[in-house]
Amino acid sequence: MNKILETINLTMDFGGLRAIDGLDLHVNEGEIVALIGPNGAGKTTFFNCITGISPPTKGEIFLTTRRKDRDKIDGLKPNYITKKGMARTFQNIRLFPNMTALENIMVGQHCRTSSRLIGAIFRNAFTVNEEKLVVENSFHILNRFGLGPYTNEYAKNLPYGAQKRLEIARAMATRPFLLLLDEPAAGLNNRETAELNVMIKSIRDEDKVSILLIEHDMKLVMSISDRIVVLNYGRKIADASPEDIKSDPAVITAYLGEEFVA
Amino acid sequence: MIKFEEIKKSLFVSLWFMFLTFPIMVIHVNPIDKIVNWRWDNLLFVGCGSFILSFFWRYFINRKKSGLRQSSPVISPLSNIMARLRNDPKLFRTLIAVLAFIAVAFPFTFSTYQVTIMTTVLLYIMLGLGLNIVVGLAGLLDLGYVAFYAVGAYSYALLNYHFGLSFWIALPVGAILGAFFGILLGFPVLRLRGDYLAIVTLGFGEIIRLILENWNDFSFGPSGISNISRPSLFGIEFSLKSSSIFLYFIIIILVLLTIFVVNRLQHSRIGRAWVALREDEIACQAMGIDKVKTKLAAFALGATWAGMAGVIFAAKTTFINPASFTFHESALILSIVVLGGMGSIPGVILGALILILMPEYLRAFSDYRMLLFGAIMVLMMVFRPQGIISDVRRTYELDNKGASG
Amino acid sequence: MEYFVQLFLGGLTRGSIYALIALGYTMVYGIVELINFAHGEIYMIGAFTALIIASVLGLYGFSEISIIILASIIAIIYSSAYGYTVEKIAYKPLRHAPRLSPLISAIGMSIFLQNYVLLAQTSDFLPFPSLIPEFEFMNPYSHIFSSAELVIFCTTAVAMTLLTIIIKFTKVGIAMRATAQDRTMAMLSGVNVNKIISTTFVIGSSLAAVGGLLIASHIGQINFYIGFIVGIKAFTAAVLGGIGSIPGAVLGGFILGWTESFATGYISSDYEDVFAFALLVLILIFRPAGIMGKSRVQKV
Repeated sequence: MNKILETINLTMDFGGLRAIDGLDLHVNEGEIVALIGPNGAGKTTFFNCITGISPPTKGEIFLTTRRKDRDKIDGLKPNYITKKGMARTFQNIRLFPNMTALENIMVGQHCRTSSRLIGAIFRNAFTVNEEKLVVENSFHILNRFGLGPYTNEYAKNLPYGAQKRLEIARAMATRPFLLLLDEPAAGLNNRETAELNVMIKSIRDEDKVSILLIEHDMKLVMSISDRIVVLNYGRKIADASPEDIKSDPAVITAYLGEEFVA
Repeated sequence: MIKFEEIKKSLFVSLWFMFLTFPIMVIHVNPIDKIVNWRWDNLLFVGCGSFILSFFWRYFINRKKSGLRQSSPVISPLSNIMARLRNDPKLFRTLIAVLAFIAVAFPFTFSTYQVTIMTTVLLYIMLGLGLNIVVGLAGLLDLGYVAFYAVGAYSYALLNYHFGLSFWIALPVGAILGAFFGILLGFPVLRLRGDYLAIVTLGFGEIIRLILENWNDFSFGPSGISNISRPSLFGIEFSLKSSSIFLYFIIIILVLLTIFVVNRLQHSRIGRAWVALREDEIACQAMGIDKVKTKLAAFALGATWAGMAGVIFAAKTTFINPASFTFHESALILSIVVLGGMGSIPGVILGALILILMPEYLRAFSDYRMLLFGAIMVLMMVFRPQGIISDVRRTYELDNKGASG
Repeated sequence: MEYFVQLFLGGLTRGSIYALIALGYTMVYGIVELINFAHGEIYMIGAFTALIIASVLGLYGFSEISIIILASIIAIIYSSAYGYTVEKIAYKPLRHAPRLSPLISAIGMSIFLQNYVLLAQTSDFLPFPSLIPEFEFMNPYSHIFSSAELVIFCTTAVAMTLLTIIIKFTKVGIAMRATAQDRTMAMLSGVNVNKIISTTFVIGSSLAAVGGLLIASHIGQINFYIGFIVGIKAFTAAVLGGIGSIPGAVLGGFILGWTESFATGYISSDYEDVFAFALLVLILIFRPAGIMGKSRVQKV
């Protein structure tokens, strides 16, 4: 199996607090991996760490791109990491509220396009052509995620569920090979969660994008994941298939307390 | 029906403001004659004024709050007109034709004085649109915009004084120098968070002015530089009257150029990156956008426009000194952008028209100009942060090859 | 050597005033993450109020000592009232707005207050009475360290100590620190956040008034514009020390005071203000977190 994301001894300190403690984690090509753990276990910190928003205190992060280059990405700025092919969504939706849904997707394609200031002013053939492709592509992405009706709506005016989908669509617009989802099901109703389940699987199967997600909805996690990694106090306490996780005593202790271990 | 509770509240507010403004509004001491001048009438004005204003304040605050809950934005009549113009190309073209006619006929029907005022308005439109790139689109608060304006003005004045360089050569030179200073200042500062940028640019603006004031060998100090050449056309010099008309047309063309450029940029890849950066920096970076580079482009482009406007200013007044480049100038340009509508081209034009023409024609206002600018900034931010004409994002349709509107 | 000592002590005096005003910036920033551009104007209004009250009392024949005390107290009350009102009008409605909005509102407030004083009073420089008497015991040293400077230094020290006690040990101070750390959490633990923010503005403004009184009586003249420059300088001091950090603001004030004092003493006095701004730009470039500040991690 090909490890497309690999962290070695990843450590993150905030002042005196060790949020992530020597974490070794990997995602294989084509896998859906769920990252779970109690609140404050360091899951979102881990995302911020590997996407370059807050660089790790110690440790190494490697990405293996579609071209099979193994790149060390710790310490790189977030935009370079996105460009390498790892995109993410945020726990509290971070869309561009005063831009339309379509424009949000267009911004997502920024790193895959290259027209510049001068081109924009003189509107040369290259820019016009590229812009046309970006617009067409954006329509395609919006429709694929069922956001067609919201095309020219401001992102801030979209219903909550659509905002969540738009964030995933925007991340997909950066053409990643690995997608990080931070609590994609939070706040969704049952029907929406079921749709999300299908959507995540189709992203993996049709777009060939591997997925690492943080999620609290255990039903979703158990049904979707190939593998589950459990964090507690910044440490990995389990890394196994959903079936094995269910009966792992360390996991049950972390979630419910020692007395519940059978 | 105004409730008793409301009146009580307003009464309290009015008493508070009467107390607050008492020493400064009522007492006036003449230190030489040793006389205290008690201006009790002011107390009455403050009391009544704040009583009435507090009703409006509460009404608008409540309306804003309920507006947020309904999530349907309150659309002003002006925005409605703008929307109609956008959707009706025929109406739009007619309007443009009428405006073009007025613009061309203006200098030949009105006096030189009126033409000069209109030239000033156009100059501020240009400055406003330049600052709009920085503040309105990219969301970077630049409080030292006037520094780049000064760079442009002094580069023309000095090049003209020492080497006799003409306006037409100085114009691009001023633009390039503006951009150069923009990059020089922007590069280190743009990595920082937004509020630091505001204060550093404010400091930078002051540094430039202080240097111009004190470095006599270079800038001739507070006395400034006079006898700067007016622009000529293929070596033909104009009389005072025709020269001011000529300058008017030069600025018209440059404003059109500015509108053209800003309009194209606004809905381009880089323009979208600016707006995205304004909306959410972290999400923006997560989309693969280089924060510093993108900010720098906006900052430098804004400075370029200020540099150009500076050259025109020097050519227009033929005399410059550091007093023209104080912080008040930056504040004026910022109020134009804030009042008109951040990010909106018609908004900035309207803002410049209002803020330059009002003190000019309503002489009574001119003393209260700065007071008004300050109040505008606060009130607009509290009640209508999007400005008079809010920026409307372009809409796209798939069938007609991407773009419309 | 004597010149050096003189400059050193001069810098100390200046620095302590900057520190007093910088505290207001730092406290407000620590709690609402906003640069209160109008803070310099609060200080200017404090000085104006003191001058007006002192002149009126002087004309009605009050004794010197009662004038000093009354004018100072009234100036502090008024500055606090202005600080409180500014927060209610220009910042409170914008608490959940995008970052740019309160900044623009703040700069607008600053311009408004400047011109309010300009229009209601005068644009001229007004002579400010020396509130500080000459002490006899200082006479042998007066050529290097004046009585006024001694008073400024001592007043600053007392004000800082009081502030430290308030913040460290009182209930309000603890609530303030909690709000600065995490506003939502503080609110959930029963802290009235609105009240704490108001208190912060009031404390910051009264410190600014003290600073305003001291500097005005030291320099001997005021006008509507003094708040602007001193405001930027005090902000520089706050950033220098690490914005949000109270000891940092004090340290930053002293460093800025010495920088100005030595630079004007040994290099040139024409560029007095340029040194401060240049220092600000340099600090932000090389150590944006300041000397005592910790770089904050943004919540995502």
